[in-house]
Amino acid sequence: MLPKCGDCGTAFFYPRILCPHCHSRNVGWIQASGKGKLYSFEIAYRTFNPAFKVEAPFILAMVELEEGPRMMSNLINIEPDPSVVKCDMAVEVVFEKQTDEVTLALFQPAR
Amino acid sequence: MKELSNSVAIVGVDESDEIGTLPNVSQLSLHLQAIHNAVMDAGLKISDVDGIFTAGQHSPALLGEALGITPRYVDGTTVGGCSFIIMVGHALVALHHGLCDVAVVSHGESGKSGTGVTRSRDTSLSGQFETPYGFGGAATNFGMITTRHMHDYGTTLEDWAQVAVSTRAWACLNPKAKFREPITVQDVLDSRALIYPFNLLNICLVTDAGGAVVLTRADRAKDCAKKPIYVRGAGEATEHTLVTNMRDLPLSRSTKNSGHKAFEMAGVTHSDFDHIMLYDAFTSGPPIMLESLGFCAPGEGVSFFQDGNSTPGGSLPINTNGGGLSYTHSGMYGIFPIIEAVRQQRGECGDRQVPGAKLSLVNGMGGMLSAAGTIILSHET
Repeated sequence: MLPKCGDCGTAFFYPRILCPHCHSRNVGWIQASGKGKLYSFEIAYRTFNPAFKVEAPFILAMVELEEGPRMMSNLINIEPDPSVVKCDMAVEVVFEKQTDEVTLALFQPAR
Repeated sequence: MKELSNSVAIVGVDESDEIGTLPNVSQLSLHLQAIHNAVMDAGLKISDVDGIFTAGQHSPALLGEALGITPRYVDGTTVGGCSFIIMVGHALVALHHGLCDVAVVSHGESGKSGTGVTRSRDTSLSGQFETPYGFGGAATNFGMITTRHMHDYGTTLEDWAQVAVSTRAWACLNPKAKFREPITVQDVLDSRALIYPFNLLNICLVTDAGGAVVLTRADRAKDCAKKPIYVRGAGEATEHTLVTNMRDLPLSRSTKNSGHKAFEMAGVTHSDFDHIMLYDAFTSGPPIMLESLGFCAPGEGVSFFQDGNSTPGGSLPINTNGGGLSYTHSGMYGIFPIIEAVRQQRGECGDRQVPGAKLSLVNGMGGMLSAAGTIILSHET
């Protein structure tokens, strides 16, 4: 789900009570397509937060969603190698359940 | 703001007694040492100070209390490491209007040892939306800007490494710098891989340090101990906090806007500068700032660091103190490029002195190019 302005039609992220484009408070939610492109990325060779339990190396991803806004995530199901991972490659969401209350939106190369 | 150009001068600058790894010096003490040293440098007394400007964990009220003074003007604008550069502009306005007579801009941060630092729970937007994916700290965000720059403009890891090499060459000439051994591009490329696109030598130091800058109106500045260094221009801007909300990525809209204001106030253009200080938390920062400030076309910023142009004896010296990469970086680095620019304009820099330096640019970022502060300094009016 993504917040979208009911007046100017801008979708944005993170959620907030007014549209950052036209400043209308007529903000609703839309179902996002889950598709986008890899706007930029990093490959972490160690973790930068002791609470993060994924084994390095892993890919930190900035995804530009089809609807417009960008969000941070991880890119999975691809070799963490800068000669393989490329900016602007097509990606799609994969939901990964962590606990009964927390599910993360990860991304993988579009199939 | 044009009429305020040259109306205020920096009359005192200094670091804390020591900079480096100082587990026995609290963050507050770093502030107080720096303020005391800078006020002495100006030939003034602590009791002369009636304006306190500081960013970070300690409020101006705490500094006033600790110093035993009751300031009549305070500013605690905290928008990242460039806050102190922005505060030179704020102090200029306050001094010009007589809201205070002697302003101190102070920084103290126990960034390495954490002595006297209050730890708090992360309730930020980044904590909510980015930490769950393994983000944490500046490198995990600034790398996004850097990777995209490489994609858009074909910049290479070798290009960024040049910035580290150039900056280290200056650090070799600064007795206060942490690292004083020359390095090569290959050394940078061979240093430990932390997070692509950064190896260890692409990333700033983490130290404990304080720094302070004392300002007063130009008429009074003439009576101080050292040559007054005039504030010819000042600008500031903010854009975002999260890199996902940075509209012109990999260029910085805040830097562009801040620089434009400062240049316009000073009535100068890019080719007028003979000394440049740029906030270098990462090697990619200074080239991207030069591009955002309009010194060159997007993608061409790295050329300033090639062929020895930015190094000792080069045509346009950049980061002559050795920068955050090799001199010191306590966390909010912005006070230190101001101190260096003032020393260069005074002609105090010994082996690393830029001969005949007449016009210094200081440009810093807060956060991930989120906020920007720009000042233009000269010993001439």
